[in-house]
Amino acid sequence: MVLSEFAGVSMPDWIDAILRIIFIVALMTIMAFALIYGERKILARFQARVGPTRTGPIGTLQSIADALKLITKEDVRPITADRWAFELAPYMAFVPVFLVFVPMPFTETWFIRDLNLGLLFVFAVLGLNIVGVVMAAWGSDNKYALLGGVRAAAQAISYEIPMLLIVVAVVMVAAGRLAVDGDASAAGSINSIVGDQTTTPYILLQPLGFFIFIIGMLAELHRPPFDMPIAESEVVGGYFVEYSGMRWGLFFLAEYTALFLLVVLASSLFLGGWNWPFGADVGLGLQIVLTLVKTTVMIVLVIGSRALFPRLRIDQLMSFSWKVLLPFAIIQVIANGIILSYGGADWVVGLVSFGLLVALGGLVYYIMRRKQGEGTRTVQTTPATPRVITAPEVTPVEAGGD
Amino acid sequence: MVQQTFEGEVLTEPVVVEREFETVDMNINIGPQHPATHGVFRMVLTVDGEIVKDAIPYIGYMHRGGEKLSENLDYRGALGYQDRTDYLAAFNSEWVYVNAVERLAGIEIPERAEYVRLILAEFNRLLSHFMFMGAFGTDVGYFGTAFTWTFKERERIQDLFEAVCGDRIMYNYFRVGGLAWEPHETFIEDSHWVLDQVEVGISDVDELMTDNEVFVARCRDVGAMTADEAISYGVTGPMLRASGVPFDLRVEEPYSIYDRFHWEIPVGERGDVYDRYLVRLEEMRQSVTILRQALDQMPTSGPIEPERMPARLRPAPGEIYMRQENPRGEYGIYMVSDGTDKPWRVKMRSPCFHNLSSLKPQVINTYLADAVVALGSIDIVLCEVDR
Repeated sequence: MVLSEFAGVSMPDWIDAILRIIFIVALMTIMAFALIYGERKILARFQARVGPTRTGPIGTLQSIADALKLITKEDVRPITADRWAFELAPYMAFVPVFLVFVPMPFTETWFIRDLNLGLLFVFAVLGLNIVGVVMAAWGSDNKYALLGGVRAAAQAISYEIPMLLIVVAVVMVAAGRLAVDGDASAAGSINSIVGDQTTTPYILLQPLGFFIFIIGMLAELHRPPFDMPIAESEVVGGYFVEYSGMRWGLFFLAEYTALFLLVVLASSLFLGGWNWPFGADVGLGLQIVLTLVKTTVMIVLVIGSRALFPRLRIDQLMSFSWKVLLPFAIIQVIANGIILSYGGADWVVGLVSFGLLVALGGLVYYIMRRKQGEGTRTVQTTPATPRVITAPEVTPVEAGGD
Repeated sequence: MVQQTFEGEVLTEPVVVEREFETVDMNINIGPQHPATHGVFRMVLTVDGEIVKDAIPYIGYMHRGGEKLSENLDYRGALGYQDRTDYLAAFNSEWVYVNAVERLAGIEIPERAEYVRLILAEFNRLLSHFMFMGAFGTDVGYFGTAFTWTFKERERIQDLFEAVCGDRIMYNYFRVGGLAWEPHETFIEDSHWVLDQVEVGISDVDELMTDNEVFVARCRDVGAMTADEAISYGVTGPMLRASGVPFDLRVEEPYSIYDRFHWEIPVGERGDVYDRYLVRLEEMRQSVTILRQALDQMPTSGPIEPERMPARLRPAPGEIYMRQENPRGEYGIYMVSDGTDKPWRVKMRSPCFHNLSSLKPQVINTYLADAVVALGSIDIVLCEVDR
């Protein structure tokens, strides 16, 4: 989006830049607030509750009340904490997430900059997020925080690799399709990828990719079933256990902003972003609605996974990533390469990917069933036939004690 | 190549010192204030990364001298302390105490009171197991869903208890010889209604948790105990039955009127956390069965206390050990009378204390997360452990 064009007036570059920064921060903050409220309400419905109701009409101002509380709260720093690491960590976690907003397309023309290597930029910058987490874990001088931070780092490393490989596979498909129009070099730009999905959303071409991306997204966001870094019953909140006030709030804001961003990214890469699925041109106004609808559906799925899944163990998480997701992602890249270099049709790409997805599902099912043995319910019942009532007898003793 | 050591000795060959990279094990405090400890239990874990190498449990934070307090009051007055040992199954704890006193003093209680007691105690078993399901779900990692779903059902049972005796947790409703007062008029209808709701709640929990792949992956083969191990640690209740021993005091040493009902004992195969969960789930279904039969058989009118009760209770000198099947296992009261109006000795045998002692072998060389799950599967009530 070019704001000067949008407003209909021309202005100097530096004013334009400041306006864009304000726009990013405002939009992301509002989205994060809306997400926090939405999550609390939706989660409450899953859990037979009603959620916040007291602040504003049906609790809509709850996030603002929370933010006010966080701002006015005392900012406590443990006396043994590493001062610089502790105080800078929230910013290190927060700034990269906001930077990633730059190449995100909300409509055909509504983005900050259409970066030619947008996807690379997104993953390079988002990966910095983990530095803040590790800084927080180390700087807090707290064992729970350390465990949580190390878990988060291990998890981020293991899940970014299959996720990146899958993005490579998507870019290969996009490049193959864009080359028909003559500009395969645009395949790194998110907006070009979305623009290519006017008739066929890529979820049809790369169903395995969508699946792995969603899994990696949940792990990246520390969402159940991959929430060990912040597991309350094990490490009492993980790396931000010592944080309070607005520093904690920044972690929180970063988490929800990252959720929104990754969901927008997933919908751009796989669900066609601002496109109506069957190629109709719906105009800019409806494009933003389509983006929001697609992201909302995915957000509800993410929140639902939080309500309905318990937590995996750290070794199960790692082996799932390295032994299942990574091989499949590599196979997907190789398969795409072979098919596309022989000029295979789209339906071949889609079919192969779907076959791989079925194979992955079958493998996981097989592993689980083998682990459980025959069936899950190993408890039998035996009929209770009470013996003849034998009441405990009173044993007479001499008057006790002295 | 010539090297010189610090002592000045000249070596002609380089000294290769082979040494492994040494890491220091970390001590982690789980508790006394930690979301996973269900009260004030403290467990110091020595962890090597995520692997638990050693575990030292500390108990006693909740010790209030319940036994001594009970000895200082007369037989009837000490009833309130029984609620406060196992506060999640207060009716069951009360029942053991009044049964022990009645046996000691030779008091017969009317049939209707026996039925009301049994119904309330079985409801309390349901309530306690619902509480377990919720807390255990949180330990395994459900973000509140299991907790709210089970608490919804627990609320209904508590509402029933409130209607019967006016309190939701510390009931103090049983009396030596009978009940404090009549249950309310619509007791049987209300109970049937609650049971209808609770049955739906049990299947909800079943559908939410039992076949969830992540849940199974977390619980299968964690903290497994063989039958011999379980017996050697004095483990009782659902944990023992999960290890494959069909031992239920309601059957083995029947008390009250349990011989009038038909139900089944769930027995596990592997003795792991998952079997303990399944055994409790099935026990809830069996409790519903018992309750349905008891509610149908219960006389609608009749006395709830003996016609004549002594004004001051002075049992003849003697001793008794009364044990019953509480939701958590064998809860026993050993009582010695010396002929006065106060018991000379009251000893409470609490199931959690013995079950908790089996924690250490379960958690060593497992993951930190497994230690939390194993602790949760014991279903401890710290007030009862420490008394």
